[in-house]
Amino acid sequence: MSVSLLIIGGRVIDPANAIDEVCDLWIEDGRIAGVGSFDGIADATIDATGQIVCPGLIDMHVHLREPGQEWKEDIESGSRAAVAGGVTTMCCMPNTGPHIDHAGIARQIIERSNQVGLCNVLPIGAVTKNLDGKELTEMRELSRAGCVAFSDDGMPIWHAGVMRKALEYSSSFDFMIIQHAEEKQLTAGGCINEGWISTQLGVTGMPVEGEDSMIARDIMLARRTRARYHVAHISSQGGVELVRAARAEGLNVTTEAAPHHFALTEEEVLGFNVDAKMSPPLRTEADRLAIIEGLRDGTIEVIATDHAPHHEDDKRCGLSCAAFGITGLETMLAVSLDLVRDDILSMSDLIAKMTSNPASLLRLETGTLNIGAAADITIFDAEAKWTVDRETMVSKGKSTPWHGKEMTGQVKQTLKNGRVVFVEGTIHG
Amino acid sequence: MRPIHHLFGIADLDHEQIEYLVNLGHSFIDINRRSLKKAPTLRGKTVINLFFENSTRTRTSFELAGKRLSADVINISASTSATKKGESLIDTGMTLAAMQPHVLVIRHSVSGTCQLLADYLGDTSIVNAGDGAHEHPTQILTDLLTLKQTWNSMEGKVITLVGDITHSRVARSHLLAAKIMGYKLRVVAPKTLLPAEIERYGCEVYNDFDAALPGSDAVYMLRMQTERMTDNCSIPSIREYHEAYGLNRKRLNRAGSDTLVLHPGPMNRGVEIASDVADSVNSHILSQVEHGVAVRMAVLAALCGGDDHDE
Repeated sequence: MSVSLLIIGGRVIDPANAIDEVCDLWIEDGRIAGVGSFDGIADATIDATGQIVCPGLIDMHVHLREPGQEWKEDIESGSRAAVAGGVTTMCCMPNTGPHIDHAGIARQIIERSNQVGLCNVLPIGAVTKNLDGKELTEMRELSRAGCVAFSDDGMPIWHAGVMRKALEYSSSFDFMIIQHAEEKQLTAGGCINEGWISTQLGVTGMPVEGEDSMIARDIMLARRTRARYHVAHISSQGGVELVRAARAEGLNVTTEAAPHHFALTEEEVLGFNVDAKMSPPLRTEADRLAIIEGLRDGTIEVIATDHAPHHEDDKRCGLSCAAFGITGLETMLAVSLDLVRDDILSMSDLIAKMTSNPASLLRLETGTLNIGAAADITIFDAEAKWTVDRETMVSKGKSTPWHGKEMTGQVKQTLKNGRVVFVEGTIHG
Repeated sequence: MRPIHHLFGIADLDHEQIEYLVNLGHSFIDINRRSLKKAPTLRGKTVINLFFENSTRTRTSFELAGKRLSADVINISASTSATKKGESLIDTGMTLAAMQPHVLVIRHSVSGTCQLLADYLGDTSIVNAGDGAHEHPTQILTDLLTLKQTWNSMEGKVITLVGDITHSRVARSHLLAAKIMGYKLRVVAPKTLLPAEIERYGCEVYNDFDAALPGSDAVYMLRMQTERMTDNCSIPSIREYHEAYGLNRKRLNRAGSDTLVLHPGPMNRGVEIASDVADSVNSHILSQVEHGVAVRMAVLAALCGGDDHDE
């Protein structure tokens, strides 16, 4: 047998096919050709001894800022950051300018990402036109143009009547609604979690009830409408408990957690740290532990970054004025590996939350090492140490709470359609 | 004693430093009362007062403090500053720092402004003259100097702090100082004006003003900061607020005849404080204003004191 690329010696983990063993993986014509013991000739060989070989990671929640705010990030820089972080498929949120609320923008984003050719970019369509929470978008049209789910992310769908209609309409066509759950009337003017830290810093807080109350409302509406409802970047203990109960009831309710919400708490903000300001905010240790428990027991199926790059100027101001959001693509894997080291998840379960689980939620054909599937592959060393340095980050967004921190777990190579697009710090565009 | 380079807040000070500043302030009271109100302490020093929020007493107090110690003092208020022309706060700060002042005194509505600027301003000492709802350290030093005139020690004294705690930097700085200096604070407000988990400062929290009064050695009234309230729901009306949380003679009598009355100013008569109290012998409100100058002299002297070798 002769193949184009052979990866040998790695620990191959493919959660969708329950594979976790040291073996070979071979690729032909940009597709997975086999997993097991290879006997034949390969044009090229990658030695992955001591490393983990898994499906390319999927990040179902990123902001790429293009079109409209290309000084913060664009599809190319975001794609480069993605493959540097081992991500080969990402879903971009519609709060661009113009918004992804009509098919033309969705097609433009996909076309541009194909030109860049590093990472699949799958748009999330807006639920309402202009993200203003009033009129529904043409979801069927957006879906045909390539949108894989719908969200007004950044803006919650606050109007209960509109949300009900959105859930009814989307579920008529089996689309999923992703909600940024935040009751803005409760969080108005807030910049961090409301509590002891916001009190000490003398800044307005965002009470956790702002998130919990909207999740509770939405779950009631999801129960009535039997819709597919997904809570974006869940950050609170109350939210996790609500989702757990909804799932136990058999509702089609899912959620994702961002690495910063299970790795950090609001303490990170002390000293007015703008690199720890995001929405939803970092919360308490009890919330953090609840998210970890949600990840452990499966309430939270997906890890997604909420990669929200900003220009330095948007963060070079006081905590209450600074933009919400941090860059996340390049630190997702290393931060998440703590869940394995801390015995919360098996390596396979962790990888599932960044591959097969989001793929099945979004009905994608990626996220597995199925024979014949596109050879999107991430090879990482779970033990390798590196230090986060904002100056060398690939993303245009340099704001990260992990600047200067040592990470364990490093992406060594990223393959897209069988082509090496990232190897040891270098991107092959 | 650890030298003081910046004064961001009470949080950065220890007991010894607070004592030092208050005592130094005490020594300056007399200069302010003399007919020749000038000492050479800060000759050749430059102090810039950069005020992004309106202020009469604090700005004047800092200005007089600098001038009476012979510093060159420049005042910049937001209405004349370049920020109106779109310059960022950091650029304004760096621009002024490039003119080599010794001290930049800053007031800004955003909490943490001094900490933010310190990263960009090189050797310039920064004094916080009030940042958002975060800290107002010179007000607390002023209060401690004022109370020192009546009390020998703060140890064990009970101060009852009343009003808009949520938006008060004075309250936060006092809550920090109480722990360091060993006095007790009671905070009094409706829940709409109390920030989350305030009790973690170690204070007693009351919603009922009358219940908080007995045993109070001083009652400290805060101004209603209506300009910082983002909604109109924090209090239903001034009338009802005054009835529940205003200090009048009848209420003060519940505390005791020698209970002191303090207020950081500006007072809203008829809102948080009635004239029969504001103008009474119990009131030390004007003493606070007087001591404010002395304390700010002490702060400027302490910050500039370390580099006298070049004169």
